[in-house]
Amino acid sequence: MTPLQTRKLWRMGAGYLIAFTLWYLSVKWLPLAAFARLPDPVTVLKEWFAPEPAYGISIFTGAYYKHIIASTLRAFAAFILAVALGVPAGILMGWSSTFHDYAAALIGLLRPIPPLAWVPLAILLLPAAEVAVVYVTFLVAFFATTLNTLVGVKAIDPDYLRAARCLGANRRDLLRDIIVPGALPQIFTGLQIAMGAAWFSLAAGEMIAAQYGLGFLIMDAYNLIQYPTIVIAMVTLGILGFLSSAGIRLLGDRLMRWRSGAMGLHR
Amino acid sequence: MNDVLHQGALSIRQAGKIYDPAGAAVVALEDCSAEIRAGEFVAIVGPSGCGKSTLLNAIAGFDRLTSGEILLDGVTLASPGTEPRPGPQRVVVFQHGALFPWMTVLENVIYGPTRQRVLGADAARAKALDMLRRCGGLDTAGQRYPGQLSSGMQRRVEIVRALMNEPKVLLLDEPFRAMDTVSKSAMHRHLLDIHALYPKTVLFITHDLEEALFLADTVYVMTTRPGRMKTMLRVNLARPRTLDMLVSHEYLELKRQVVAGVHEEAQKAFERGERELA
Amino acid sequence: MADATAGQTVTACNAPGGFSRLARLTGVNWRGALAVVAFVLGWELLVRFKALGFAAVPGPLESLTAFWATYASKASYWESWFASFRRVVAGFVLAQLLGIPLGLFLGTRERLRELMFPVLELMRPIPPIAWVPLSILFWPTHELSIIFITFIGAFFIIVINVHDGVRTIKQEHLWLARSLGAGEAMIFRRIVLPSVLPAISVGMTLGIAVTWNVVIAAEMIAGDNGLGRLTWEGYVSHTSTVVIIGMVSIGFAGYLSSALVSWLLHKLTPWRA
Repeated sequence: MTPLQTRKLWRMGAGYLIAFTLWYLSVKWLPLAAFARLPDPVTVLKEWFAPEPAYGISIFTGAYYKHIIASTLRAFAAFILAVALGVPAGILMGWSSTFHDYAAALIGLLRPIPPLAWVPLAILLLPAAEVAVVYVTFLVAFFATTLNTLVGVKAIDPDYLRAARCLGANRRDLLRDIIVPGALPQIFTGLQIAMGAAWFSLAAGEMIAAQYGLGFLIMDAYNLIQYPTIVIAMVTLGILGFLSSAGIRLLGDRLMRWRSGAMGLHR
Repeated sequence: MNDVLHQGALSIRQAGKIYDPAGAAVVALEDCSAEIRAGEFVAIVGPSGCGKSTLLNAIAGFDRLTSGEILLDGVTLASPGTEPRPGPQRVVVFQHGALFPWMTVLENVIYGPTRQRVLGADAARAKALDMLRRCGGLDTAGQRYPGQLSSGMQRRVEIVRALMNEPKVLLLDEPFRAMDTVSKSAMHRHLLDIHALYPKTVLFITHDLEEALFLADTVYVMTTRPGRMKTMLRVNLARPRTLDMLVSHEYLELKRQVVAGVHEEAQKAFERGERELA
Repeated sequence: MADATAGQTVTACNAPGGFSRLARLTGVNWRGALAVVAFVLGWELLVRFKALGFAAVPGPLESLTAFWATYASKASYWESWFASFRRVVAGFVLAQLLGIPLGLFLGTRERLRELMFPVLELMRPIPPIAWVPLSILFWPTHELSIIFITFIGAFFIIVINVHDGVRTIKQEHLWLARSLGAGEAMIFRRIVLPSVLPAISVGMTLGIAVTWNVVIAAEMIAGDNGLGRLTWEGYVSHTSTVVIIGMVSIGFAGYLSSALVSWLLHKLTPWRA
């Protein structure tokens, strides 16, 4: 490890330590009621790693994993659906100006409505609250995927398309050989945004309308005055969100190996 | 072989193109004519915005002419009534390079023949490696991505990708524009070697008169908007061309004949640019 | 070289006829208009025939009538607008006021960056809505806690964007400025600030959209009033016309504030088209 990396690591550790100490001290020692009501980090950590937690949720309890699995399944169901529909929709919008005209108007109409505003209607429309939460999560991820894919298709250098046509590509070849790989970097940017947005909506949806899941756990713990559990669920949501974006980034790097090791000479 | 050599005669007859952005008709090309023999290396020189690219786009099948016609071996390529259709008979090498960055060098080079289904993948690969090797030992770079090559290598690979299709005409759109003098000179050497190896009709578009005289059999100087052929010049320098020719009497004499004309057009284009920006 | 075809869309294979010609002549996206009409018509029909879950939902006509008859003139409806807007503005402005300086500091001060950035990165993936309970615990009033959550929603986005913007400033520009004798203050004002304006603009554009998202969710969970609360109460009290009116109002409100922000940004950075 280079001295620079060592220094960075030290400072990172110091940063975490300062943050945790500040949190601890403000809860424990500051004579302010507002802070005193919050759970302190030591209690949270103890609870999180306790074999027999005071409020029933720790890494040793099955309930914790039940909530994690419920949220993850919902997030991934919504995300996969969003990708399966959003990527083709975005490509089609970039591909055909006719389709673009129709779809752009509908997206322009529906997109300004925040996903959470859909929750009540979704519960009314759809057979179960479960489906409603997934639908709301899907919706944001879908818009993010579609629009980023469209941007990616539009950003493809027209010379690539001309070159391919010179070389004898037909319309289907153009789609497979130029449009899809050319838009891939932007598609993956979109997928990362979509994943973030999906977790965001999922948490909110679960807090409003679900019976289990991490969002529900946060709300439930609040209602039952189990404050350390709130923080455990929040941090878990953060970790899951982080892991899913990291996974997408990794997959993207694997699929787009042509972008790594470039000498920067190609434009 | 002889048969191939006699293909690629291009005749440009009173070609005209008027762009109509919101009614303000811009005459990019007007009454532009040239007869290009099969296998000839032709350079078209003119300042930016003189309609060189318009002409190239019409020949390549990217864009429609508004008057006149262009024929390849007697067959109409472009006319106001012809639907523009690019194809492997005339392949373009682009100004900024258009190798597909997501395909390896080899995948790029076999793209044409495999998409046109004239060669199977294995045959195409064998042919590609052979051509890459002949064109300066590029075969060793076959598994690399374009982004990992120098810009000079990228441009040569792109030329090989074009030649793989056995085109009748090779269209080079200012391919060395962004290069420094040394790389450019090296690329001239490579291009001349490749042309000697695969003597196709070449249409080389540039704004660099010296480059044009050094490379081409015939140099056309284009006027600026409307784009028209102003001067035609036969370059009677022997082949293979060597660097010492750049200081030969014949070369300098040719240069003397057209340099004033080219400069005049460049000045006109520059002033028009100033006016349009103002 | 002027490339006259570069502006064409990727395909441009559609024959110029029908809608395309009409669109060129009038400058209106007629296909889009048709799609919107079809959408509204489809909705009305689905409700009429009670297809799927639509039995429980009012049609567009019914919603519009209800809106004109009762809500357009109802003070409480417009108070909802005001309440939500106030929260959005408060949270958003606060996020910019604190987030832009912090982003600039993090981008320019290496030591501070290495200390604080990992902590921010740790907190960023936590969905802002997940802060609701802690926020309610901490702040004395629900109003303040909703504003705080709204603030969180826009805060991380602007900090990260400004930070990234500072880090992409060309070193050459800084060297040039120094060699011309510019002091730190001058460099900051003439180089750093203009260079990060695009990043600020991206951060604000993303932030305002997230802000509305957060406000609506927070109001549904913990609000006493506001458009989110209105919509939620419509659901709870089985007056589904209110659900539709609430949603459409929220859409309008979000659209309006995004338009406002982009107009402001356009005024701030006139050199960007």
